Amino acid sequence: MRFEVGSALSIGAILFTVIIVAAMLIWVERRLLGLWQERLGPNRVGPFGLLQVVADMIKIFTKEDWVPPFADKFSFILAPPIIMVVILMSFSVIPFAPGVGVIDSDIGVLFVLAMASLGAYSVMLGGLASNNKYALLGSLRAAAQMVSYEVFMGISLLGVVALAGSFNLREIVLSQSDGWYVVPQFVGFVIFLIAGVAESHRLPFDIPEAEQEIVAGYHTEYSGMKFGMFFVGEYLGVLLISSLLVVLFCGGWLGPAFLPPIVWFALKTGFFIAFFILLRAAIPRPRYDQLMNYGWLFLLPLSLLNLLLTGAFILWQDGM
Amino acid sequence: MLRLIKDTLTTQVVTLWRVFVHAFAKTDTVEYPDVQPQMAARWRGRIILSRDPDGEERCVACNLCAVACPVDCIALQKAEDDEGRWYPEFFRINFSRCIMCGFCEEACPTNAIQLTPDFEMAEYVRQDMVWEKEDLLINGTGKYHDYNFYRVAGKKIGGKDKGEAINEAPPVNVRSLLP
Repeated sequence: MRFEVGSALSIGAILFTVIIVAAMLIWVERRLLGLWQERLGPNRVGPFGLLQVVADMIKIFTKEDWVPPFADKFSFILAPPIIMVVILMSFSVIPFAPGVGVIDSDIGVLFVLAMASLGAYSVMLGGLASNNKYALLGSLRAAAQMVSYEVFMGISLLGVVALAGSFNLREIVLSQSDGWYVVPQFVGFVIFLIAGVAESHRLPFDIPEAEQEIVAGYHTEYSGMKFGMFFVGEYLGVLLISSLLVVLFCGGWLGPAFLPPIVWFALKTGFFIAFFILLRAAIPRPRYDQLMNYGWLFLLPLSLLNLLLTGAFILWQDGM
Repeated sequence: MLRLIKDTLTTQVVTLWRVFVHAFAKTDTVEYPDVQPQMAARWRGRIILSRDPDGEERCVACNLCAVACPVDCIALQKAEDDEGRWYPEFFRINFSRCIMCGFCEEACPTNAIQLTPDFEMAEYVRQDMVWEKEDLLINGTGKYHDYNFYRVAGKKIGGKDKGEAINEAPPVNVRSLLP
């Protein structure tokens, strides 16, 4: 069995690595938050507290998996796997390194955006099925936030697509061999970063699950492994957005030759994951209407302007 | 729009930077069971009963500590020895109730009851949290090394009559007119 794009070995390795890394992010996040808050974070279980993840997993697997009697059973059970499935599906088009990937799709960017849209169903169904006012409020907010931030998340990527001339993520990476897109597309990069935070509803945009206002939002009624799936799904989302930022704006696996490509990819992704956690440690949560205003009245016009200027630049360059 | 960009740079980015710089600061956490924390001398922890410099119990069983105690965790009974000294027949502190407020220490007229920096008092059996006088008494003077209540008080005890205490004038016969 050869290790190439689409081989069973490659698919298995990617699936395994992605899920393990997403689970390890529980530990990474707590240690990094501790570092920035002048605490230590979990360091008792195993070396550096690395086995904390195992302890958390044992806890969450052995918890009572309870479905409230007032909930809509079918959609209540259906909701948590959706978020896991759609985000894992998105990873299929990510090119990790030369020869490492699941598919080389010519519509890679569109596929990721489509899967991100489907992710909204998970939080909506979860909140609606819970039949609880906090969950409903949370899913209401989640739906509005995800739908509105998806709009310019897509638009902010179009500059990169226009420059690379392809929707294929692997070709986008290869076209960055003479310069990362983070420089010419800096505005698009920042917009995508902000939209990505909102899309994976991480702090400071965790308005759908704002603990201080609405308990836990759409997963108030969830427990056991169903909650665990939402939880790991959130970290998978962080991992996905970080990988996308690396692939689209920071040259993917490209880097000086003294390290193998996959290591470059991991390092860059790790940098963005750490940045996501720094955002959580530093920035307070905005109000819900502020979030909406910020999205529709500021980021959407800005991303359109960015697309317009990029297009004009490309046309001007072609005319030269 | 320009104002928003300016605000983003001057508030959000500065916040991110300042929080990031905290990564290089010293952690405040003390890894307690591995590293013993340095408690302040005035820390209000385990309660002790001290002795005076002569080695006698300082407590005179006046009950002020029991009265001051907001959770009523102190119980004692007064007794008197042959010399006229008062002492507690029993002195009992229920540490499962004690809130370490230190009111007893403030109320004590003889500096007998004192709070120490020790805080490791966990027990497996609730009854073991009740400490009797022999558990509370220490063989030292605690925070006040020279203080001896009976040497400065006017009370008459065996071996020390009225007017013989430190800084005490001899008793005056108030019914006599002579100078």
